[in-house]
Amino acid sequence: MASHPINVKINGAEHKAEVESRLLLVHLLREKLSMTGTHIGCDTTHCGACTVLLDGVPVKSCTVLAVQADGHEVTTVEGLEKDGQLHPIQEGFWQEHGLQCGYCTPGMMLTGAALLARNPDPSEAEIRQAISGNLCRCTGYVNIVKSVQYAAAKLRPAE
Amino acid sequence: MIPAPFDYHAPQTLEEALALLQTHRDDVKVLSGGQSLLPLLKLRLSAAGHLVDIGRIPGLEYIEEQDGSLRIGGRTRESALENSQLIRTRYPLLADTADVIADPLVRNLATVGGNLAHGDPANDHPATMLACRAEVVATGPNGSRTIPIDDFFLGLFTTALEPDEILTEIRIPLPPARTGGAYVKLERKVGDFATAAAAAQVTLSAGGEVEKVGIGLTNAGPVPLRAADAENYLTGKQPTAEAIAEAARLAASIALPNADRRGAVEYKREMARVLTGRALTRAVERAGRS
Repeated sequence: MASHPINVKINGAEHKAEVESRLLLVHLLREKLSMTGTHIGCDTTHCGACTVLLDGVPVKSCTVLAVQADGHEVTTVEGLEKDGQLHPIQEGFWQEHGLQCGYCTPGMMLTGAALLARNPDPSEAEIRQAISGNLCRCTGYVNIVKSVQYAAAKLRPAE
Repeated sequence: MIPAPFDYHAPQTLEEALALLQTHRDDVKVLSGGQSLLPLLKLRLSAAGHLVDIGRIPGLEYIEEQDGSLRIGGRTRESALENSQLIRTRYPLLADTADVIADPLVRNLATVGGNLAHGDPANDHPATMLACRAEVVATGPNGSRTIPIDDFFLGLFTTALEPDEILTEIRIPLPPARTGGAYVKLERKVGDFATAAAAAQVTLSAGGEVEKVGIGLTNAGPVPLRAADAENYLTGKQPTAEAIAEAARLAASIALPNADRRGAVEYKREMARVLTGRALTRAVERAGRS
């Protein structure tokens, strides 16, 4: 079967790889590049545990071929922290107890960060709508919403 | 889960893509957003030796009014519909639909053309497109042809597209004055297919009678259904609560849903009735305001 040379910018760094057609993006990240922050949950496009940003937009990496990402930019949870400083969304999940088991957390944080990039001051309804494709089974949505609100306040320039 | 092996192709032009479809005719699938196709391949419910990704072909993503119709490029993402000011102001039926397809992350990749070409009666756009009497443009090796939406859905996962054709555009007639539409879906949770859903598009006359009406039902049989009897009944009448209730009853009478974990046949048919009534009521309200 055909293999394809691909070049994907992940968290700002260029990564070259040789991939089989059927390799999924989530497997490229976890198995070929050892970036295990992206979780595999349902594996059927429901749960959002595998969420990454593709050109800044949240998508489910279990439902994208690695070769489709050729020439594109991917952000994973490993890319949120910069120079030892947590991203405000990470700080928000910490401060507001936005996680219990942590399985959904990387996906939740990336979806939250993408929301705040296009809407710096979302309402609670807008936050809940944005994360409606990310499932938390510890029933932690109340604190997850608070975590995103914390990050929103932190990211907004002081008035 | 990992799909069975296939060869991936990324043509840069439509011509190249069509040539690949001809070469691998019986063993090829078009990859658009991939949000239905990739899960099917992973679950091994479908198989293909070759995937032709149309994602790198320029010029297939657009939403514009031109020459008497709204034109939507076949590869236009659902999220683009959702965020389009034109769609939100002029085509509330489409905006309603885009808001409830799968979930926001899936809509960032899923495409309008894929939603139709997949031929799944549980998808949401088929009923919408029936209600607004859309046409589908299919491009093949000998050029393009338009297919009225009523002739497009042939059976479960089967459409009028030939194996060497690509769905390149959807055309929707420009809404005349006093037109409104609505899509109402009952789902167990975000991301699920509809337990039942109804699409309605209504144009009122100056006197307030129903001049034109389109009604489509989602997940109510092996193909998306047009409720023709209900449309005929309502045409020419004042859209009173009684008339809408009777149209909804007629629409539900053609529903042939399957019993599954979303509900029994009787329940789903009853929901088709309730939702058709709500979609018509909302469409009429919006028509009065447009």
